[in-house]
Amino acid sequence: MNIHEYQAKEILAEYGVKIAEGGLAYSVEEAVQRAREIDGDVWVVKAQIHSGARGKAGGIKVCKSHVEVEKAAEELLGRKLVTHQTGSSGKVCSRLYIEAGTQIAKEIYLSFLIDRVSERVIMIGSAQGGMEIEKLAETNPQAIIKIYIEPAVGLQDFQARKMAFALGIDSSQLNHAVKTIKGCYRALRNLDANILEINPLVLTHKHEIIALDAKMVFDENALFRQHKIAELRDNSQVDSREVAAAEAGLSYVGLEGDIGCMINGAGLAMATMDMIKLAGGEPANFLDVGGGASAERTEKAFRLVLADSNVKAMLVNIFAGINRCDWIAEGVVQAVRNIDMKLPLVVRLSGTNVEEGRRIIAESGLPIITADTLADAAEKVVHARNEAITKSLGV
Amino acid sequence: MAILIDEKTRIIVQGFTGRIGTFHAQEMIDYGSNVVGGVTPGKGGQTHLGLPVFNTVEEAVQHVGAEASIVFVPPAFAADSIMEAADAGIKYCVSITDGIPTQDMMRVKSYLRRFPEKVRMLLTGPNCAGTISPGRAMLGIMPGHIYMRGNVGVVGRSGTLGYEAADQMRLLGIGISTSVGIGGDPIPGSSHRDILERLEQDAETKIALMIGEIGGPQEVEAGRFAKENMSKPLVAYIAGLTAPEGRRMGHAGAIISSAGESAAEKVALLKELGVTICPTPSLMGQTIAEVLAKI
Repeated sequence: MNIHEYQAKEILAEYGVKIAEGGLAYSVEEAVQRAREIDGDVWVVKAQIHSGARGKAGGIKVCKSHVEVEKAAEELLGRKLVTHQTGSSGKVCSRLYIEAGTQIAKEIYLSFLIDRVSERVIMIGSAQGGMEIEKLAETNPQAIIKIYIEPAVGLQDFQARKMAFALGIDSSQLNHAVKTIKGCYRALRNLDANILEINPLVLTHKHEIIALDAKMVFDENALFRQHKIAELRDNSQVDSREVAAAEAGLSYVGLEGDIGCMINGAGLAMATMDMIKLAGGEPANFLDVGGGASAERTEKAFRLVLADSNVKAMLVNIFAGINRCDWIAEGVVQAVRNIDMKLPLVVRLSGTNVEEGRRIIAESGLPIITADTLADAAEKVVHARNEAITKSLGV
Repeated sequence: MAILIDEKTRIIVQGFTGRIGTFHAQEMIDYGSNVVGGVTPGKGGQTHLGLPVFNTVEEAVQHVGAEASIVFVPPAFAADSIMEAADAGIKYCVSITDGIPTQDMMRVKSYLRRFPEKVRMLLTGPNCAGTISPGRAMLGIMPGHIYMRGNVGVVGRSGTLGYEAADQMRLLGIGISTSVGIGGDPIPGSSHRDILERLEQDAETKIALMIGEIGGPQEVEAGRFAKENMSKPLVAYIAGLTAPEGRRMGHAGAIISSAGESAAEKVALLKELGVTICPTPSLMGQTIAEVLAKI
């Protein structure tokens, strides 16, 4: 789960990491008010969206007067920002963070993440902050320092010192740096974050160490014990289809194609989408309906898939293990009737009670196209999609 | 032979008396697995499905000689149950539970590493369908009837895609020695490589099928292992050609977050390592048949 920069900063401040003075605004008036409350003559107006690279997309504006803050706020609020992380649809900015300008002497990079290779938390630092770490890894991998943290004992002081020295931090600021680094680690560990990234962490002319940006990504599986974090969820930053899916307990990812999918199991879902692509189509979504797919759940899944107006045809692929094909078939028939579905539908059932499932589909009298194998299903749904398009063009 | 489990393996169920544990314990018993009891803390001394219930795994090991366990405990408590099994001397544990926090699994792996390798419990899962040695024993939640006994060793991250593979093979008259689900989580108990090592040692296994997906370093690591250490052919399918970068595709671990983690990149790397790639998921059975014919 992603959170906003200002939320991550509030968390880090609680863990002893210094941040610049700042405040949140939902309106232009609030933005100016926040700037008035913050001393100084430079303010930074930052669009709060769930994405990095906001600067390049015009989402961060340095202002030298309250009038400029007002203008920046007017420009950013309600605007859709497109970055390489948001996809072409972009993300709408409805919150601004107004921050005091910082006199930067040096920018460094610091992050913590769970490394799948070593199965440990890894601390990554670079004296060359500000740029994307992925790019730095390509152009100058020697400039990246990695330190592995043993889960049983946690981050040790010597490791934090090692990182601080490697980052070129002056001895006079060492204690502060160690406190900052350890604070970050404790925040990641205590709050079940998978990623914590500060880019840049800056050294100021006043010899302070300040987190100028902050990104935290949390483990969805741990939210049951992180209630405060769970409350930080901002659904305006998530595809509305995915929000609806999560509420129905379904795993859904919206894509750009026009063939809707409902499948059980994440691996089979990905494989079915691959088959659609190989057959010449493009999937509109990933949807894992899960193990115990009741008729009610099936109908919800159908509604979700069909809510996407791009969808021209739909494929259901179920390999029943715990599930039973007859239950799925009943759910499909009920969903098609209740929704009064007009789009072509291809259903492939396999596994437990498959004969019974196929009989229910056949006897329903509905124009459902059935398929026996994965390849057959993919071909039929791509064919049905092409026919539907030809028909709609009136050719 | 087969690996990990056979008809003699003495199995206990952790989370035995719950709804899910009960259902699958019965399915495993019906399949012919040697289930000898179960554990539900606080219900020790009761009888469930005609089998003894114990308060602790240690008691189950002492009283009924439990060797393998299957964990159906809810995510918040599953890591604890896995460590309890390891401490009690269980040799092989399957964790079915989906949704265990990643940091919990990090601690579980760290805990397991404290044991000398010789006595260390092997863990597969979490978030998997389990393990089956067809015709002998099932330690999982899969539909047993689609698996035919034979000489193909299977390791995969996905449950239903594993069923698809088993079904395709059965229709071609090809059977399986053991099929192991390692699960879709970012930090799995065992990797593809760990299972391939065992399949390589198994006399009954003639060929291995690896069913992988996007995200993480596992598949390529397994490919390297196969190239350097395996005499048996390795066939692989990698799911997720259409998966966009940075999006989680159902499985907690199915996310492309760094270079080399996409399906296309994994396929290219595996090909370089000499692994036979199934061009599509509908050709897993046929690809195995073709490679088998050359042995």
